[in-house]
Amino acid sequence: MSDVVEKTLTALPSLLSLDSQPGSAKLSSTSKLGNLIRGITELTSKHEEEKLIQHELSSIKEQVSSPNTTMRQMRELMVRAVYCEMLGYEASFSYIHAIKLAQQGNVLEKRVGYLAVSLFLNESHELLLLLVNTVLKDLQSTNLIEVCMALTVVCQIFPKDMIPAILPIVEEKLNHPKEIIRRKAVLALHKFYLIAPNQVQHIHNKFRKALCDKDPGVMTASLHIYLQLIQENAEAYKDLTASFVTILKQVVGGKLPMDFNYHSVPAPWLQIQLLRILSLLGKNDQRTSEVMYEVLDESLRRAEMNHNITYAILYECVKCVYTIYPKSDLLEKAATCIGNFVLSPKINLKYLGLKALTYVVQQDPKLALQHQMTIIECLDHSDVIIKREVMELLFRITNAQNVTVIVEKMLDFLRLSKDDHTTVDLAGKVAELAEKYAPDNEWFIQTMNAVFSLGGDMMQPEIPNGFLKLLSEGFDSEEEDRKLRLFAVNSYISLLQGDPSKLPQRFLQVICWVLGEYSYLKDDLEPAVVLRLLTNLLDMKSSSSDTRSWVLVAMTKLCWSEAAVSVAQQVAETYSSSFDTTLRQRAQELQHLSRDSHLYSRVLPPGGSLEPVEVDSSLSFLDGFVSEALSAGAAPYKPLHQRQEELSRSKALSLEPYGLSLPISTSSCSITDRQSPTLLSTSSGLSGDSTDFSHRGSSTTLKLDGVKRIWGREGYLAQKEPVEEVAQVEIPSPLRPPGQQGDADSCHSKTPTPTANPEGDREKQLLASSLFGGLSSQSSMCLMEKSEPDIQRFGRKAKGQRTSSTPNEQRSNPSVSSTSAVDNLLCNNLPETNPEPIDSSTKQTFQHPESLPVANGACDAEAIVSDDDRKGRNRPVSPEERVEADESCENLSLTSHLPAELSGFSHSEIIPLYSNQSLALSACHVQTDNTVVLVVFITNSSEDANLQMQVLSEELEACCVCESPVGEVRGHSVSVRQYSLTVKRPVVHFELVGRLSYSLPAGMLQSMQFSYKLPLTSFIRPLTVSTEEYGSMWLAFSHDTKQNLTLIEEEREPLTATLNALRKKLSLHIVEIIGVEGLVACSLLKDQPCLMHCRVHAGRLAVWLRSPVADLPDCLLYHCQRALQEH
Amino acid sequence: MSKMQFMLLFSRQGKLRLQKWYVPLSDKERKKISRDLVQTILARKPKMCSFLEWRDLKIVYKRYASLYFCCAVEDQDNELITLEIIHRYVELLDKYFGSVCELDIIFNFEKAYFILDEFLLGGEAQETSKKNVLKAIEQADLLQEEAEAPRSVLEEIGLT
Repeated sequence: MSDVVEKTLTALPSLLSLDSQPGSAKLSSTSKLGNLIRGITELTSKHEEEKLIQHELSSIKEQVSSPNTTMRQMRELMVRAVYCEMLGYEASFSYIHAIKLAQQGNVLEKRVGYLAVSLFLNESHELLLLLVNTVLKDLQSTNLIEVCMALTVVCQIFPKDMIPAILPIVEEKLNHPKEIIRRKAVLALHKFYLIAPNQVQHIHNKFRKALCDKDPGVMTASLHIYLQLIQENAEAYKDLTASFVTILKQVVGGKLPMDFNYHSVPAPWLQIQLLRILSLLGKNDQRTSEVMYEVLDESLRRAEMNHNITYAILYECVKCVYTIYPKSDLLEKAATCIGNFVLSPKINLKYLGLKALTYVVQQDPKLALQHQMTIIECLDHSDVIIKREVMELLFRITNAQNVTVIVEKMLDFLRLSKDDHTTVDLAGKVAELAEKYAPDNEWFIQTMNAVFSLGGDMMQPEIPNGFLKLLSEGFDSEEEDRKLRLFAVNSYISLLQGDPSKLPQRFLQVICWVLGEYSYLKDDLEPAVVLRLLTNLLDMKSSSSDTRSWVLVAMTKLCWSEAAVSVAQQVAETYSSSFDTTLRQRAQELQHLSRDSHLYSRVLPPGGSLEPVEVDSSLSFLDGFVSEALSAGAAPYKPLHQRQEELSRSKALSLEPYGLSLPISTSSCSITDRQSPTLLSTSSGLSGDSTDFSHRGSSTTLKLDGVKRIWGREGYLAQKEPVEEVAQVEIPSPLRPPGQQGDADSCHSKTPTPTANPEGDREKQLLASSLFGGLSSQSSMCLMEKSEPDIQRFGRKAKGQRTSSTPNEQRSNPSVSSTSAVDNLLCNNLPETNPEPIDSSTKQTFQHPESLPVANGACDAEAIVSDDDRKGRNRPVSPEERVEADESCENLSLTSHLPAELSGFSHSEIIPLYSNQSLALSACHVQTDNTVVLVVFITNSSEDANLQMQVLSEELEACCVCESPVGEVRGHSVSVRQYSLTVKRPVVHFELVGRLSYSLPAGMLQSMQFSYKLPLTSFIRPLTVSTEEYGSMWLAFSHDTKQNLTLIEEEREPLTATLNALRKKLSLHIVEIIGVEGLVACSLLKDQPCLMHCRVHAGRLAVWLRSPVADLPDCLLYHCQRALQEH
Repeated sequence: MSKMQFMLLFSRQGKLRLQKWYVPLSDKERKKISRDLVQTILARKPKMCSFLEWRDLKIVYKRYASLYFCCAVEDQDNELITLEIIHRYVELLDKYFGSVCELDIIFNFEKAYFILDEFLLGGEAQETSKKNVLKAIEQADLLQEEAEAPRSVLEEIGLT
């Protein structure tokens, strides 16, 4: 094919002269462009080119803005402007004219106008809005070409917010008699689905129609949508499996028109698309997979021709076979295919073979063994990309036995690598392997030294951080810890004695920290020596100020001997007047601490082993302060990025479609909105993985869910205990039948002894046996070890996790309800004896107010109803039967005193408020549909008493429901007072203060005070409104607040999961979820609505609350935040 | 999933001849990417692999005479089919221009764009039948000529 474009630049002069001749229609129509191009080719320097183009641009600029310029001339000018932009010169003045051209020109000018628009502008450009009307007009044109052009431009760029304006017309085009129009309409809808999935939700049926279109082109186009849909939710499309299989069968069988053949292979693009869809559908699903075995077999069989396109199909087929539920004969055929790829002399195929091998090696390590010699040859391949892929493959087959050889190979590669992205990626992988499989301390430290030196300063910060964490937390044996640290110290001392100026800054920082912490372990090392070595680092010109700070901190830790102090003071003197504030600060610290030995021993006690300080990173100790401030009217804190976002939003044009009252975000025109975040991101590190096997450099937490072999040749492999596996390293896996095991073994014994044996080959064999060591003997199981923490040499102690898990402990304690946890935090003035944890089932009722049963007229004292209990309601149940382990008997007996009319509602736990010998006071609150009732239980354990009670609150109105507040309490009984509560002013937590005075007949008047707290959430009820009502209410409300909240991490639908969590905890009503946005409504008791608009944005949940009631949005936001934190 | 990220055509001298971006990127990024890639690819030897890793993308390129065709896809994509996409595009150009050469593309680059848009739309293969793509282009061209004929006469008399 390379001879297709045989004419080259050498033909330039003769061709250029053609231009002036008649009949050369090709070039004459753009003669001015021709002049420009010719002018450029004649130039010799970049500078001249720049001058010429600038001149050209200014002449274009002049002409486009002249009123006399015709559309035809405009078209020519646009072409030239596009050309200038392609050469890298900006022509933004012409953008508006491109739009005008598309708007006003005739068909041919329009075509250039649209092209220029699609090349000039990107999706977020604000000028695009001006295109909407033109597109709309052209879509309705009777001229098919115009309709095509409009659809083409829509598929490329269209403002997301304007989709509703053209959607009905595009939908209509799905029924157009011309297949080209139908095809483009399908693609346009695909585009809409990508940028605004909620907009096209209602036309899923039409997608199905497109899939069944009689024209193969339209059907193929619809597969783009289906691939996307199935990727998002395979379950919903399982029913289409048979259809896809049928289509593929027909394609493979050559039933499509010849037009769709490509080098006599029927519709290869279509085949590949279908194979991708099938592999998504068949993944982890035996029944669905079975439907496709036959057609996959046929695809593998048919694709025999020796052409790239058949290899492309084969590759996709192999991937599919290894992705779906396994079938042994298909796997064998696929393995043969991979073999052919790997062994192919064509370099592209070899590369793909290696890639496929990397993909399947987790399932089939035997395959890597079969090709070990080829793999080793590829290690020395002249093309770096081949070597790179081998690195990836080796990384995946690493185990404890071959780790040293593989890491050495990877480091060799790193030494030669020039590409930053690769370096960062591989350095991370080596660090990961070293941490997992290090055979001994010495090797580990040396490997990490290499990683730090080679990874340089681009390396992800997690690697040095993880390494230091590992050193400081240590392992289970003190002695081992000591040895490792000592080894590190020794190694770093000798590095510093060499030439430290070559070392990357990150590495120097690691060295500083380790020497500061652990150099005391080396007995014969005088700290002053270390200090002098460190001083050298300060004097080095190449040291960054960051590194200097690390040095000073390390020095501070070290100045505990006299000689050291004098060195340190000298240094401190020099730097205490530094212009760098951080450096000056560190120097001052050093100065003061080295002077004052008493202070020094208090700050840095000898021995150096401080217990890790537990940091409450959520700053929860400030919650009280925050809620006070909030209730006093302070605005809630907004993180910087949100403030910026809002700022930029307020500056930007409002792009909301007319007449839409929903709070659809206007930021859709910002670049960040709907683009794949993976594209071209320079920051992402270890992304070289072609499967879901993506470990981050040093984060140990991820390792647990790494590669697991779930599917084997024979089907599902039951999960085994990790301990068992390690023990069984040499024993044939019980899950494999004896025959198969024999296969694996014989294959192992065969492979290291190929026939011919020249010297070079022997070397390679040696290498092979070390590289692939452990692969065969452990059979398929060896790879699982990767995910098992047990065999990790540097398994971290639990200590590391403790800090992070402490906040969870309380949460995971099932007896503490989340609501009471919130309460407890803030109810400091409650008695210490407070909350006996309420029984979990009661808690459940409490948290699901929307599932409250309708009050039944039952007048028995069966007051507390949990979901479970309620089922047995018809049966007479004595309260004793419901004693829960952790519910105190006292509370239980109190619950039976709850007034009958409240029995149908959930109540909070009963909290003791006060007790003395004769009188005990407890209270709870009950949430009814439109009120909250405070119920106070007065248990009188002595004689009859006279009693007066008052309940007050600043924010609440409390009306006594029952008899007069003054009354007699009979001896040895429980009496109940009810107060109906209504909100005067919303706050995060309400506090009620009560005063009780009572007199026993025998004694004198006694009085006491108590207080009771309840959260705002007790007053929140779901508000059922329609989306339309929501829309009009939204606009009417004046008080609002915005905040970004954490999104619950859930793979499929984080928004739904988050909103459901909020609904459960706060009893909100979810009005509608539209794509990434959710509408939620609730009200404060009956009549004070609050609306919440949620939008998923950059991995966070941006919420916007509005209400007619001041403070309500802020207070509710606080509870949302809490609810999600606790989740 | 199989979406192409961008396509670049450049000459052996490193001059950009065509660029089509299917993902939104700033002008600065585009320039940097094309500069980097042109340099990297020109430095590679002819017998080397047609694939490259670049940042987290996979670059697939092929040289036809004096022109390099270069596409970026995601890492897990099928590189071979991308190579065939390039080839099909070259076939389309060849058929349209009749034995295409670099100059055809330089002087008629807007036509090359039209053909590309008819073949790949939004980064996805739109129409893989050679006949259909060319039919669509020719229909538009035909209209173009009809519209053009009377005008050019007028213009020649009145303006130029």
